[in-house]
Amino acid sequence: MNYTRIVWAHLRKDLRLEWRTKDSLNGMLFFSLLVVVVFAMAFDPTAFPTIARQISGGLLGVAVLFSAMTALNQSWARELNNHVLDAHRLSPAPASALFVGKALANFIFVMVVELVLAPVFTLFYNLHPLGQPWKLLIILPLGTWALVVNGTFFAVLSLRTRNRETLLPLVLLPISMPALLGLIQATTAVLTGEFEPTLWIKVLVAYVIVFTTACVLLFDTVLVGD
Amino acid sequence: MNDTRKTSGLSGILGRIWLVLTFVVMAYGFYVAMTAPTEATMGNLYRVFFYHFPHTILSFVFPYLNCVASLLYLWWRPRNIERANAADAFALASAELTVLYASVGLATGMLWGRAAWGIWWTWDARLTTYLLLWLSYVSYLLVRRFAAPGQTAVISAALAVFAALDIPICYMSIRWWRTQHPAPVFGGGADSGIDPSMYPAVLWNLAAWAMWGALILGVRYVVERRRQRIAAARALGYLEGDLAINTHLHQEATR
Repeated sequence: MNYTRIVWAHLRKDLRLEWRTKDSLNGMLFFSLLVVVVFAMAFDPTAFPTIARQISGGLLGVAVLFSAMTALNQSWARELNNHVLDAHRLSPAPASALFVGKALANFIFVMVVELVLAPVFTLFYNLHPLGQPWKLLIILPLGTWALVVNGTFFAVLSLRTRNRETLLPLVLLPISMPALLGLIQATTAVLTGEFEPTLWIKVLVAYVIVFTTACVLLFDTVLVGD
Repeated sequence: MNDTRKTSGLSGILGRIWLVLTFVVMAYGFYVAMTAPTEATMGNLYRVFFYHFPHTILSFVFPYLNCVASLLYLWWRPRNIERANAADAFALASAELTVLYASVGLATGMLWGRAAWGIWWTWDARLTTYLLLWLSYVSYLLVRRFAAPGQTAVISAALAVFAALDIPICYMSIRWWRTQHPAPVFGGGADSGIDPSMYPAVLWNLAAWAMWGALILGVRYVVERRRQRIAAARALGYLEGDLAINTHLHQEATR
């Protein structure tokens, strides 16, 4: 079996598991919806359209990050049942394929949440983007991958700690700050139309390349590390 | 056993000499800092700079020592466990020093900011990056505390590599962010150059705090190595105890 087929096998397994239970997706969707409502309590988005435009990018980024975090722990906890993770450790297949498959699966879940969340945001916050909305089709996948690739990596690290639910955000938030900043700034640029998002897309691309490489290279060590 | 005692005795003496030297340099640094000519606009308050500068500079050195030690740990772990443990102890010591020096840097920086700009804090590129550096290494220490025993070193080594990769990206992105929206309060600042009359105070204090950092790093490293050895001996003791009980039970059963 070559590498792509192993990745595909892992990805298909994760998608099938999620399709049967829909645990993470339902949790994430409802959670992010709640975040939208809670932020609407903090300020009145319909009364101040300019402010709404300026901060919705940030709200979207935060909602996505928080909801992704609820799913990331579960995505590895699944592998603990029946000692599947130990089986992965023994398997001769490259460990990084497992990581890439898992990260892709998480990426698809979070993208689904975003696809649902974006119209909800537009409706509830009365948004009229002043930039070019098609650029969001580049920005959102890039930003999501940047958050998810590190999230998946640190979730497997925190799997082997006490109170892992607390630990993941503590580790993930400081590291993903540049990605979050890039995502938020680029989205804000599209929504307000005040500046070009190109620079921030470049930041996201650099971040994605650096950290995907680091994750893929280090994953083997971390998975087998006992 | 005798040999290790001898070397530790020698390193103990060297450590004491180093400590005395550090105190002498620190005292001289303090003297030069306090007698340097008073600054034109800020008066005596600017003297906090002589402590702020060495701590901040050094708190950018320790993270990279930490990263190198972590990479060495990952490299040595499958090859030479004794060296790997030493690298891990060094990584822990340098991470703790990063947090210590960055905390002092943040605190003195706030004092300086209050005196120079009238505010304690601004979300400027340098300050934000620095805060993130501090946060990253606090989270590193938290991970070390939370990780299951035996897993700590691998997990924290991976995190250390990520944190070290993150700092430059973070700095660049925040600088772009702030050049697009310049913060009005931030103008001039410490890096617009210093008067030559201040150089001795800056350099002496830099030397003093570098020596102090090296000393603490060494002490912390030795303490951590000792802890590792005690933990290993204890684990071995349990194993031997188990073995003894098992043989005893076995003998009882066969009797």
